[in-house]
Amino acid sequence: MINFLYDLFSFVYQAGDAFAFLVLSACGLAVIFGMMGVINLAHGEFILCGAYVCSWCTRSGMPLPLSILVAAVVAGAVGMLIERVIIRPLYDRPLDTIVATWGVSMIATQGTLILLGSTMPGTGTPFGSFMVGPYSYSIYRLVLMAAAAATLAILWLAFTKTHFGILARATIQVPHMAKALGVNTSVVYSLTFGLGAALAGLAGGLYAPTMTLVPTMGSAFVVEAFVTVVIGGADVFLGTAPAAAILGIVKAGLTSWQGQLAGQIGMLIAVIIVIRILPRGISGWILRERA
Amino acid sequence: MTAGNRLANTIRLIEGPQTLGRGKAFWSIFALVILAACLYPLFADGYDVGNNVYFFNWVFMALGLSLIWGYGGSLSFGQTAFFGVASYTYGVISINFGDAYGLTLFALLGSVGLAALFAAVLGYFLFFGRISGVFLGIVTLSVTLVLERFMAQTAGPDWRIGSARLNGFNGMGGMPSLTIPWFGGDIVLFPDVPLYYVTLGLLVVVYLALRILVNSRFGNVLVAIRENPQRAEMLGYDIRMYQLAAFVIGSALAGLSGVLYTSWGNYITPSSMGMTAAALPIVWVAVGGRADLTTTLLGTLLVLAGFQALTIHGSQYALVVMGFLLVLTVLLAPTGLIYGLAAFVLKQVRRARGIREGV
Repeated sequence: MINFLYDLFSFVYQAGDAFAFLVLSACGLAVIFGMMGVINLAHGEFILCGAYVCSWCTRSGMPLPLSILVAAVVAGAVGMLIERVIIRPLYDRPLDTIVATWGVSMIATQGTLILLGSTMPGTGTPFGSFMVGPYSYSIYRLVLMAAAAATLAILWLAFTKTHFGILARATIQVPHMAKALGVNTSVVYSLTFGLGAALAGLAGGLYAPTMTLVPTMGSAFVVEAFVTVVIGGADVFLGTAPAAAILGIVKAGLTSWQGQLAGQIGMLIAVIIVIRILPRGISGWILRERA
Repeated sequence: MTAGNRLANTIRLIEGPQTLGRGKAFWSIFALVILAACLYPLFADGYDVGNNVYFFNWVFMALGLSLIWGYGGSLSFGQTAFFGVASYTYGVISINFGDAYGLTLFALLGSVGLAALFAAVLGYFLFFGRISGVFLGIVTLSVTLVLERFMAQTAGPDWRIGSARLNGFNGMGGMPSLTIPWFGGDIVLFPDVPLYYVTLGLLVVVYLALRILVNSRFGNVLVAIRENPQRAEMLGYDIRMYQLAAFVIGSALAGLSGVLYTSWGNYITPSSMGMTAAALPIVWVAVGGRADLTTTLLGTLLVLAGFQALTIHGSQYALVVMGFLLVLTVLLAPTGLIYGLAAFVLKQVRRARGIREGV
């Protein structure tokens, strides 16, 4: 009986870990997609940017939470710059933005390799570990789960309770009407893209202490981010969060049964089957059920 | 209608509304280019000839992507998945069965067939789930990235199919080259003159066949779907079937590229399905002009040659340049550089003619 409880805790911990990873890696992508209909293929490179900035700050003596914050801010600023230069001329051609951001991704990955070399020294995972029964668990992973929940909560508050949130939702719903009512929609788009990039940077900063920092590390996040957004649909709260929860359980189950890779493959297959049934994702399905 | 008539009608589709280039001028240039390509090995050394085969190998995948993305409007960003599946299948079949009795040709057919089957299964879920636009792009991209990760961990003696070791990240090697059974000894297609002519011949056949396909009723419906899926559906076409068919044909061509590449270099690695590998076909096709077969073909060859020159002279900057090329093409010439240029020239020519004839 007690062994069963240990295993149960282990499973919940792993599912929670997978949930945190999926939420954190996907929410930046989901915000940009949900609000602007743009899939940012350079998403992984914003995560990379956050991870590198965070690691650099930590090693130059900054406390970790501050480094993570700086990482998010820097990635957000870079995002706003890229929105201004590359995304803005393409708003009326949403399918082309995905191709253009892919170009950005290539430049960023290879540019990082040229400028900063093939790897960057990491910082080591803080806080140590705790034991439950026979297994040992990292405390920092619990921090990541809390961070994922906090990110969702803050996003929800930002989009429902703040002035920016109301303007953003108005712009998304009927852009020309918002414009007619005096909303500076291009500033809203710019801020939204910046927010998405900052969330990617946040994910990078949070995961930087747990990973090897290499220029291609972004692609470790993008598959998970893609499938979460595909299965979730266009709404961050009704889509991304439940999708991450479901996929987290699928991934944790398959990972503990067959290993890391089975988790990933199983997740992808689950997604391909689910989109056959729910083409507009979970949020599309919930919204239709409600309507 | 007699069989001869039908054949003539089919061949007539070689030029039509969906392809640039028609009339005597175009086909004269076409014949000259083919002639030059045929004479080329007489004047070039073996390495350059083999290198050209390498360029040709990729064009099949590019033409397939042009069909799916340029004509059909479906963003398939994971063509390298089919490239990889066919490559590994070719390796497994040919290592197990050897290259006697033309068995490598069986390996070729089997590999391309498996890639097409994989595309059909994946495409069924995607197109019949009515996934389109950006989602199609990121799902197909995810498929190829997961395949890369899967193949990268197949190191060790456990991962073998028959006598073929998959070898994980280091890739699979030692598969035989394609061989054509011939009287008095098989012709082994090493990266040399015979392989050059075989690949060139295959390329010309595929190019002309695709021209006929896109100008046929199928191609017209495909373009109608690209322009407006809803309208095409209202006109009574099952757009899912057309998109799926284009996807399978294009993916089979990606598989053909994979087999030819693996046979050419006797080597395949998981990174051929990675992010960078998946991005390059997008660059070739987008830069040339994805909505036309000829501009895709020219663009692919040009970008490949440019990429190789860059790799030789400033190896690490080549991918950065490719990235800039892609971004600039999308921003400045969304239909593609060569396509834009060709459309401009054709317009000028027609205008000049119109003035002369007083139309």
